[in-house]
Amino acid sequence: MKIWVPGDAAAKACGADEVAAAIASAAGLRGREVTIIRNGTRGMVWLEPLVEIEVDGARHGFGPMTPEDVPALFEDGTHPKALGPVEEIPFFARQSRLTFARCGRSDPLSLADYEAAEGWQGLRRALEIGGSATIEEITASGLRGRGGAGFPTGIKWKTVADADAAQKYIVCNADEGDSGSFADRMLMEGDPFCLIEGMAIAALAVGATKGFVYIRSEYPDAIRVFEGAIANARDANIIGPALLGQGPRFDLEVRVGAGAYICGEETSLLNSLEGKRGMVRAKPPLPALEGAFGKPTVMNNVLSLAAVPWIMAHGGPAYADYGLGRSRGTIPIQIAGNVAHGGLFETGFGLTLGELVNDIGGGTASGRPFKAVQVGGPLGAYHSDEDFDLPVCYEAFAEQGGLVGHAGFVVHDESADMLALARYAMEFCAIESCGKCTPCRIGAVRGMETLDRIAAGDEQAIALLQDLCEIMEKGSLCAMGGFTPYPVRSAIRLFPDEFTPVREAAE
Amino acid sequence: MNTNDRLAEILAVHRGREGALLPILHDVQAAFGHVPEDVYQPIADALRLGRAEVAGVVSFYHDFRAQPAGRHVIKLCRAEACQSMGGSDLIARLEAALGMKLGETKGDITLEAVYCLGLCACGPAAQVDGQLIGRASAARLEALVAEVTA
Repeated sequence: MKIWVPGDAAAKACGADEVAAAIASAAGLRGREVTIIRNGTRGMVWLEPLVEIEVDGARHGFGPMTPEDVPALFEDGTHPKALGPVEEIPFFARQSRLTFARCGRSDPLSLADYEAAEGWQGLRRALEIGGSATIEEITASGLRGRGGAGFPTGIKWKTVADADAAQKYIVCNADEGDSGSFADRMLMEGDPFCLIEGMAIAALAVGATKGFVYIRSEYPDAIRVFEGAIANARDANIIGPALLGQGPRFDLEVRVGAGAYICGEETSLLNSLEGKRGMVRAKPPLPALEGAFGKPTVMNNVLSLAAVPWIMAHGGPAYADYGLGRSRGTIPIQIAGNVAHGGLFETGFGLTLGELVNDIGGGTASGRPFKAVQVGGPLGAYHSDEDFDLPVCYEAFAEQGGLVGHAGFVVHDESADMLALARYAMEFCAIESCGKCTPCRIGAVRGMETLDRIAAGDEQAIALLQDLCEIMEKGSLCAMGGFTPYPVRSAIRLFPDEFTPVREAAE
Repeated sequence: MNTNDRLAEILAVHRGREGALLPILHDVQAAFGHVPEDVYQPIADALRLGRAEVAGVVSFYHDFRAQPAGRHVIKLCRAEACQSMGGSDLIARLEAALGMKLGETKGDITLEAVYCLGLCACGPAAQVDGQLIGRASAARLEALVAEVTA
């Protein structure tokens, strides 16, 4: 009997290790032969720990499991936590899982499982058709940077490929610091070979021989699993002196961040990688031409690189068949916060915000009325139900003064204190600013103070705050100071009453 | 093994590595529990940097501690997704229960903020001595703290 119990950090945080131990002991007591597989997560986080058991060739789900629910798994009758075939759960069945096709299905460190599920097909094809045809394929897919900026990946790769240098690098940005985002973590923990394959294809395409994956220190499980995957891939001669034993050299190394949100900004990450303070660099020069250690560098997010194996295996046009307008392909949406069905939902661009919050997310977790959803992390705007018709794509959100970013959607119910959240946005910027440019370094502190004045009833401070937001947006060097005004201004625009406190009547 | 020997060992492991400073500092902190000031100069010498450059890097990153933490470290997530699930209230309750504020060390315990553990669909999130906790409640955390400090 095979039983899958996710080893993903979110599943473990909800008690998966205790459930796995209970299964082992319950099976032992009953003398049942059980193989427990620690898979990645399917991404239905509200059902975690989500245990799966194979019944007549289909994997049936049970969750959210507790150790007390375990004995009934071995008894006759319908289990109270039975969910039926796991891939038929509507949240799962409605998705277009391309990047996350394998995630949650098997042991993330099993090369045999990876190989059996289309693993290395994209890399094999890239080796066959060569670097420039690979870049053409990525360009044809319409893939844009999934880290948030949405820059066309094919163009970035071509710039690096055309640069003349003895050494080039692939750097994967796995510094996933946005609240509401966990797709990078989930992929690295659930299907790490997919990222390795994407990086290897990128290396082949541009002529790089070395790759770095910069993972934030807050992700110890991702670091452990990914390092294990690198070791396994190296031992199997998939990476190392010759890609798949026949191609050029490519090796990989994990670098661990040190608790600085700003290092998710690409130039700051490069400085950090080089062993410096994570200060933002002015652009130009572009990292594509002068990136890591001054060499031409492909700098991509985990999700951009992890989309690449599917694109290479199935063709760029097949990927571009998904999506809306200039936002092509699929986007791994992360539904988080106060939401009934939180988790990862990969789908073509174009789903509306309302569908996402209500149909997919199932409304708030608390059952209280929905108030706002923050899209794109701490630098993203708040949206109310007025925006529920907005399709999830880069252009539509930009037009509304917001951003899709890394596609984290954080839902808040009616209890949300928008002034407190706006103040938090400024406080977070003050804590995490690298300090290089004045609008961000000083502006964020002044923003906190101004919001405190507003909270104390100083209505004139609102105009001052708006002015400050404009300076931060237009004058900051990077998105940290530049986008911190988004949540602040959107909160004021949507909920003006909360920023003009009713004064207590004079006694 | 004394500090100098252990440091020399760490520096030897990373000799010749590109951009070795952060990996070195992580190893130093793992070995000593913090990054003591007397390692700045030897690290600077090994990497041909100025002492101020090393000090600047140490001070830039939240992870590197100037003082050792308590034997038990409790991290509570302050980010938006956890706030939406009552994270701020959870922090206030735990601060009251432990009689300390975020950022403080009292006796065996260090209580600190963390900005996202990637557990945003099962918040509020916390970490007690490295163990991740989702759907955290004050009662659960207090029990866990009592358990680890017992």
